[in-house]
Amino acid sequence: MPKITYHHAGGATDTVEVPEGTSIMRAALSNSVSGIIGECGGQTMCATCHVYVRGDVDLPEISEEEDEMLDCTADDRLNNSRLGCRVVAGRDFGEIEVDLPQSQN
Amino acid sequence: MSTVIIGAGHAGVQAAESLRTEGYADRIVLLDKAEHLPYQRPPLSKDYIKAGGDPAPLPLRGAAFYGEHDIDLRTGVEVVRIDSQAQLVFVKGGEPIPYNELIIAAGAEARRAHCAGNGLEGINYLRTVEDAETLRAQLDRGYGRVVVVGAGFIGLEFAAVAAQRGLDVTVIDFAQRPMQRVLSPSMSDYFTQVHTDLGVKLHFDEGLDHFVGEQGRVTAVAGTSGVTYPCDFAVVGLGVVTDEDLAAAGRIECDRGILVDEYLSTNVPHVYAIGDLAVFPSHHFGGNLRLESVQNATDMAKTVAKTIAGNPSRYDIAPWFWSNQGPVKLQIAGLADPADVVIERGNRSTGKFSQFLFRDGQLVAVESVNAPADHVAARKLLEHDAGITMEQARDHDFDLKAYARNLSSSAMTPS
Ligand SMILES: Cc1cc2nc3c(=O)[nH]c(=O)nc-3n(C[C@H](O)[C@H](O)[C@H](O)COP(=O)(O)OP(=O)(O)OC[C@H]3O[C@@H](n4cnc5c(N)ncnc54)[C@H](O)[C@@H]3O)c2cc1C
Ligand code: FES
Repeated sequence: MPKITYHHAGGATDTVEVPEGTSIMRAALSNSVSGIIGECGGQTMCATCHVYVRGDVDLPEISEEEDEMLDCTADDRLNNSRLGCRVVAGRDFGEIEVDLPQSQN
Repeated sequence: MSTVIIGAGHAGVQAAESLRTEGYADRIVLLDKAEHLPYQRPPLSKDYIKAGGDPAPLPLRGAAFYGEHDIDLRTGVEVVRIDSQAQLVFVKGGEPIPYNELIIAAGAEARRAHCAGNGLEGINYLRTVEDAETLRAQLDRGYGRVVVVGAGFIGLEFAAVAAQRGLDVTVIDFAQRPMQRVLSPSMSDYFTQVHTDLGVKLHFDEGLDHFVGEQGRVTAVAGTSGVTYPCDFAVVGLGVVTDEDLAAAGRIECDRGILVDEYLSTNVPHVYAIGDLAVFPSHHFGGNLRLESVQNATDMAKTVAKTIAGNPSRYDIAPWFWSNQGPVKLQIAGLADPADVVIERGNRSTGKFSQFLFRDGQLVAVESVNAPADHVAARKLLEHDAGITMEQARDHDFDLKAYARNLSSSAMTPS
């Protein structure tokens, strides 16, 4: 099963294994990983699922709508910023590590 | 000492969490009559019913969250009565639960169709995951005719998904236009086009008269015009009703919802109401309002938590809302009135634009289509009471994003 490691702002980590088709946002909510809110339920409309992707993962291009929402994150957008609801296990990665921002809203 | 919360929906769960964030150290009991881990409702009429949709409802918080925050979540527990004198909450088949503070966050139920034939099989509502499950099974067949009664958000979200999944979809509503009460007429007209392009057949000025059935199952919806619309199943989206009985028995004042003041307090001491069922006084818009949105549920929850934790706070927040219908992501900041003056930015022919709505020269609402950055900027403007002028809105060189960004960095944000 695909694996996601979340690095919390305070240094703690959570690693979860999730079925293919699960987004980084859903994986966090379903596995009690804090630090992701997902207020819009994964509609690319709230930017409360912001993550920073570690390392060199070959993810799909950022779409126009994701790009626009990434400009609205609570913590600064960096080069490796993505919306957790737009990056999906299996389809986009087998294993991934992400840093969580201090704040989502 | 304890706070009891009735209802673990968007409002109740957020209230429990915010009580902890605000430093509330006493007991928190969170009750819900549903058996599930509390989940998010908006996806139920969107991703959840799409082809290859979500496997399970999206939880509001993970299962471990409640224990970690010392929140005593009890699912499958229905509150049947409130005794506000003795400060007790009575539950079905259990001991009464005492409270020092009570938050009623019991949401609302789908309004039932009161007409002949309403008990037939194949008539569906869409409020709970069970409802969505039933509809998904119908949609998974990939064919058939469905009549949607009511062209509000939920009915139209469902209609768009059903049309995209290959069903033959008819929508009837006694109004003149889709989402008539909450959208500007020009935005509403835009959605008529969107749904028509999806193949949805819209019939306005057409109320629900009755359901027609054979062998206990619905076969058609009869409109007030006399026309009958054949169907394999029907979806009723006529809005919601709030359960006033629970409150009224506890001597809590109601008027199409539970009446609260600006602190979200009811007329009964130590009893608060938040979310879909709360009717509150709005300074922003004047008069009493009841809103059905995640924003309203979440922000009311945060506000009431502050008050209970010893930092009395008023609820006076500019509302916002979103909806997904086919290719369109609609986001609304503020509240529209059909009489508002509309200034369009961007170009609707590109499927990406926003409408800025003005009342007496003041910016009151912004409706955005596939333009989330406009929406986020609009929320900032309304939050800071720093509306732009009609001239600025008309000026296509005016940099809205930059203007909003400057607001958030320079303004003193009230806490
Ligand atoms: C299909 C659908 C799509 C939606 N889409 C959007 C959207 O896109 N954007 C948006 O902003 N909003 C949307 N909404 C509205 C939004 O979901 C609601 O405004 C929000 O759920 C309100 O939260 P609440 O906590 O007040 O009520 P609810 O979420 O309804 O929670 C109330 C809870 O109280 C429980 N309860 C009720 N009575 C009792 C009792 N007597 N004892 C114990 N428990 C009880 C119920 O089981 C329920 O879990 C949608 C709603 C639906 C149904
Ligand atoms: S969950 Fe809202 S943008 Fe990802």
